Amino acid sequence: MAPHEIRRPFKRRPISDQQKRRELSLLRQSQHRSDAQQRARNLASSVISLQSSSSDVDPEILFEAVPELDEGTESESSSFDVRQASRLRGPEARKWFARQLMLPEWMIDVPDNLSRDWYVLARPAGKRCFVVSSDGTTVSRVRNGSILHHFPSALPGGARKKGASGPANSYSILDCIFHEFDQTYYVIDMVCWRGYSLYECTAEFRFFWLQSKLAETGACDPPSFYHKFRFSAVPFYNCDQTGLHSAYTGSLPYVKDGLLFYNKHAHYHTGNTPLVLIWKDESCSQYVIDTDNNGEVPNQQHIVLELQEEGKLVTSDDPPVPFSCLNADFVKQSGLLSGSLIRFAIGDGGLNCVDGRFEKADLQYIGVSNRARAFADSYSKIMFQYMARHSPLKVEDLASTISHENQQDKTPEVEMSD
Amino acid sequence: MSMEVTQLLINAQSIDGTVRKHAEESLKQFQEQNLAGFLLSLAGELANDEKPVDSRKLAGLVLKNALDAKEQHRKYELVQRWLALDMSTKSQIRAFLLKTLSSPVPDVRSTASQVIAKVAGIELPQKQWPELIVSLLSNIHQLPAHVKQATLETLGYLCEEVSPDVVEQEHVNKILTAVVQGMNAAEGNNDVRLAATRALYMALGFAQANFNNDMERDYIMRVVCEATLSPEVKIRQAAFECLVSIASTYYEKLAHYIQDIFNITAKAVREDDESVALQAIEFWSSICDEEIDILEEYGGEFAGDSDVPCFYFTKQALPGLVPLLLETLLKQEEDQDLDEGAWNIAMAGGTCLGLVAKAVGDDIVPHVMPFIEEKISKPDWREREAATYAFGSILEGPSADRLMAIVNAALTFMLNALTNDPSNHVKDTTAWTLGRIFEFLHGSTIETPIITQANCQQIITVLIQTMKDAPNVAEKACGALYFLAQGYEDIGPNSPLTPYFQEIIQSLLSVAHREDATESRLRTAAYEALNEVVRCSTDETSTMVLQLVPVIMLELHNTLEGEKLSMDEREKQNELQGLLCGCLQVIIQKLGSEPTKYMFMQSADQMMGLFLRVFGCRSATAHEEAMLAIGALAYAAGPDFAKYMPEFYKYLEMGLQNFEEYQVCAVTVGVVGDICRALEDKVLPYCDGIMTQLLKDLSSNQLHRSVKPPIFSCFGDIALAIGEDFEKYLRYSMPMLQSAAELSAHSSGADDEMTEYTNSLRNGILEAYSGIFQGFKNSPKTQLLIPFAPHILQFLDSIYMEKDMDEVVMKTAIGVLGDLADTLGSHVGGLIQQSVSSKEFLNECLSSDDHTIKEAAEWAKHAITRAISV
Repeated sequence: MAPHEIRRPFKRRPISDQQKRRELSLLRQSQHRSDAQQRARNLASSVISLQSSSSDVDPEILFEAVPELDEGTESESSSFDVRQASRLRGPEARKWFARQLMLPEWMIDVPDNLSRDWYVLARPAGKRCFVVSSDGTTVSRVRNGSILHHFPSALPGGARKKGASGPANSYSILDCIFHEFDQTYYVIDMVCWRGYSLYECTAEFRFFWLQSKLAETGACDPPSFYHKFRFSAVPFYNCDQTGLHSAYTGSLPYVKDGLLFYNKHAHYHTGNTPLVLIWKDESCSQYVIDTDNNGEVPNQQHIVLELQEEGKLVTSDDPPVPFSCLNADFVKQSGLLSGSLIRFAIGDGGLNCVDGRFEKADLQYIGVSNRARAFADSYSKIMFQYMARHSPLKVEDLASTISHENQQDKTPEVEMSD
Repeated sequence: MSMEVTQLLINAQSIDGTVRKHAEESLKQFQEQNLAGFLLSLAGELANDEKPVDSRKLAGLVLKNALDAKEQHRKYELVQRWLALDMSTKSQIRAFLLKTLSSPVPDVRSTASQVIAKVAGIELPQKQWPELIVSLLSNIHQLPAHVKQATLETLGYLCEEVSPDVVEQEHVNKILTAVVQGMNAAEGNNDVRLAATRALYMALGFAQANFNNDMERDYIMRVVCEATLSPEVKIRQAAFECLVSIASTYYEKLAHYIQDIFNITAKAVREDDESVALQAIEFWSSICDEEIDILEEYGGEFAGDSDVPCFYFTKQALPGLVPLLLETLLKQEEDQDLDEGAWNIAMAGGTCLGLVAKAVGDDIVPHVMPFIEEKISKPDWREREAATYAFGSILEGPSADRLMAIVNAALTFMLNALTNDPSNHVKDTTAWTLGRIFEFLHGSTIETPIITQANCQQIITVLIQTMKDAPNVAEKACGALYFLAQGYEDIGPNSPLTPYFQEIIQSLLSVAHREDATESRLRTAAYEALNEVVRCSTDETSTMVLQLVPVIMLELHNTLEGEKLSMDEREKQNELQGLLCGCLQVIIQKLGSEPTKYMFMQSADQMMGLFLRVFGCRSATAHEEAMLAIGALAYAAGPDFAKYMPEFYKYLEMGLQNFEEYQVCAVTVGVVGDICRALEDKVLPYCDGIMTQLLKDLSSNQLHRSVKPPIFSCFGDIALAIGEDFEKYLRYSMPMLQSAAELSAHSSGADDEMTEYTNSLRNGILEAYSGIFQGFKNSPKTQLLIPFAPHILQFLDSIYMEKDMDEVVMKTAIGVLGDLADTLGSHVGGLIQQSVSSKEFLNECLSSDDHTIKEAAEWAKHAITRAISV
């Protein structure tokens, strides 16, 4: 026990000028804050008095809106209450849920600022699904809207269990991939959490929220009576050299199926979006090139297009990309209806592109696509598959884009070591 | 395994870096792979008398570090890990530790004491290791003195580690009995007596009940006083440390002993070893601190019974105490003004004299004046310096009326000494004294000015001349100029400094450029004075301040031209960048409004470019200063600031992520507010990123807690700026506000610091609510806020009922009530009428003396009337 040093300031001001500057800044800021609030108060008072004199506000109308509040009075994407939707049954439910997932475009060229604006993650192999926990149960639905599992979970509102976290009416929606081998739901995105919508939030925020909130519920714990499947957040990285390398080669508890790229600033957008991209090659995916129903790679690339009025064949993009046209007689003969999904093979003539844009295709009719499908192929998928067969985008291309970006970022003063 | 651990611990202290590193890594691996085994073998090593002392000491140290850390979150982690260990491991470790207290090796015993205290700090609050105190106390009665010594030391550390409320009073009594007995003169062994005295120092916080009991208190005080007379200097020093601590902890219990303590301290100051004398002086400094606090709080008129009254010990001691302190002033060390780390009896005595003056006011003057008059012109520099120091010391405390005549008479003498005295010490203290004169006796509140038209020129000339003197003297001259300028802060349109403005600025810049400016903080003092001169300048001199802009910018630019610098040079460079950014910040605030704004803003692009480059330099101080400057610039630029956002944003984000240098984070949060007010809805594109960071900050346990209240205020700034677009953040911010509100409603009462923090937290939360309500006003989405109204009203009610809010919170709280009523109107009319806030609280605010509270209350009343009348 050493003696206790005492020393008092000697010939010094008790506070430094820096501390004084700090305090003056705080004072200035709080003064400005209260000025701003004062202005807001004055402004509001005058508006209110106008309103109350003209009394054009019908309080009844306002009150009616109230009960919907905690159910997210949101814009289009989430305006339909998911709990109402969970009461939907059969085809209706499938139709609704089929439209709720954000679908990545396939990467056919490398976006700008990959290292600055994008995250990369290794996509687990398995069924992409939408997991909704609400009213004491959890339901997972695959891409076409049909139910995969119906089970209790530790997600908010996910099991009928006393003392479960959150109020009874809280619900959550997760964007997951169900990985058969370890029977785990790998969460790739968070759409709603405890009744709060994350649709309008950036990926950066959603991922942060996902990483910090999921584990709190015990959803990542091993299965138990009230928690049938384990959930796990998929690790994500900034898409710089190290991040790309980790996602591409890093060892993970699941089998990989390609890499997903998320633009950090993008909101959760239902349907196809160019702000999430999927990319695959042989070393990070077993399914680079599409297989047929027997699991074999056909000699020719198969694509599925949607038939529209007047025989137009289009992709699932919004707006749809027209690919070809079917002869009206043929349509009539085969009894094809507008809206049908039709499978074609790409013939030897291939896809013709001019200036990187699709021009025309050599399509060979195969038949109506199988009924489990909800959508036609997207333009980017068709192009990616075509490139994969002819001149694939390689991981080296991604890496070199990133390193090129980095060099541009550096200031000229820095000496290159090599 | 145990041989291996021994070798590893010895290797970890090797001079050979590779060996050391390898050993450290192996230890770390061991710890990670098998914590229980690791801790157990460390404890075993520590306890084993056959092992080398060095490996045992390090084993104890590593063990201690596995139980405690400086950073809160790390500490928490370590505690959890210890608690999670299995019982048998823990009890084996405890047994090893207790056994070590009997080791013949003193260092090893001491290490074990500290480790035991750490374990106790974790376990006692959990009601674990209940037998610890009993088994320690049983050691006290054992024969070997070294065991007793180690046990007392352990009890001391234990009291330091553990909060008194987790130890039963019965045990507290036994601990104190053992400790005080160990201090007693009857204890023949000096090591035991020293350990006991030091243990009492740490155990004093436990002695609340015993100090309330006259007999027990008498006994403790007697033993402590006797220990100050021990033949062993270390025991005397430790005993005085106890007295110092008692002075602040049990001030109100001292009346009965103060005369005896005076005699003891006087003897020690005059005759004892300096280490003891310093503590004896510190006793009186602590008494002064207490009395200054009491008198400041109650204005001298004591009322109420639970609070501590002022006993005026200092005043009663004046006739003996002042001469005693004056004597110490003559014991200066030759170079004390040049040595940053110096602390000696003359410095302690002078400091205490200053505190005495603050505590007693006018009464000190007659006790000091004869000393000053006698010695101020003596040939020996020590006497002149002591006299000057005594004079400077009593300038704060006594009234201006009492001092004015003396100061006026002394001023010419001082100015003369500053020019002509041959002694560096005398000049240093004289310049400092002039600074004190300007600090306390010059300014708009003083009726008859010290500085007049007749002497102003002479004063400034002398100060400017003195700035060319040795660095330590020049630094004090800059300080004097600082207060000289400050005194003219609210002088009005015509400042007496205007004719000298150019010359002062020039001189300060030359001082800053002196080759020896880095000595004695001279450069810092020069820029600080420059800042104050600019801050307090009037419109008359604004063109000269404008001319300063390119000068300071050029200097900042020069620091950014990256030659290869040594570590030391870089540090100095960063410090300079900080000073220059600080200076620009002051200038921005001076010129950033009409009529100079237009001219000034011509430089804004360039200035912003410089600040962005400063961020590249990665120095926390410079970063913080540049950030503050940018906040000021944003306010001056208004919506035009938008053009800097694309480039600036990433530094803003970086600042918000800076958990370690939390000052940077705090300042950045403030700047977010500035930017919101400058850009208003144009800030929207950056809000996702900003909110993400702010929410991360709030949920981080690494970030210093003082940053959290401003983050809440910042929510309000953002909401006010972007209005109903804040909708998407409601779902994250509201739950956080709500849980913080619950926490802050009832967490008062612990201590002043906690109450202050609680109030700042409440203020932040309330500002957030105000901003949010105001932001949503008149928007169709107003109804989104209705569900939050009950909780907010409840929060207002509960902080009102706690009765411990300060004026700032009161004003903000009543404002929130108004905003809630205003924004939600008739939807919450019923709720509002049910709340206590809308009645008692509102009435209390309406009759407040503070006009800002009254104003906010009137607004709230207005809004409520409308809300319930519809």
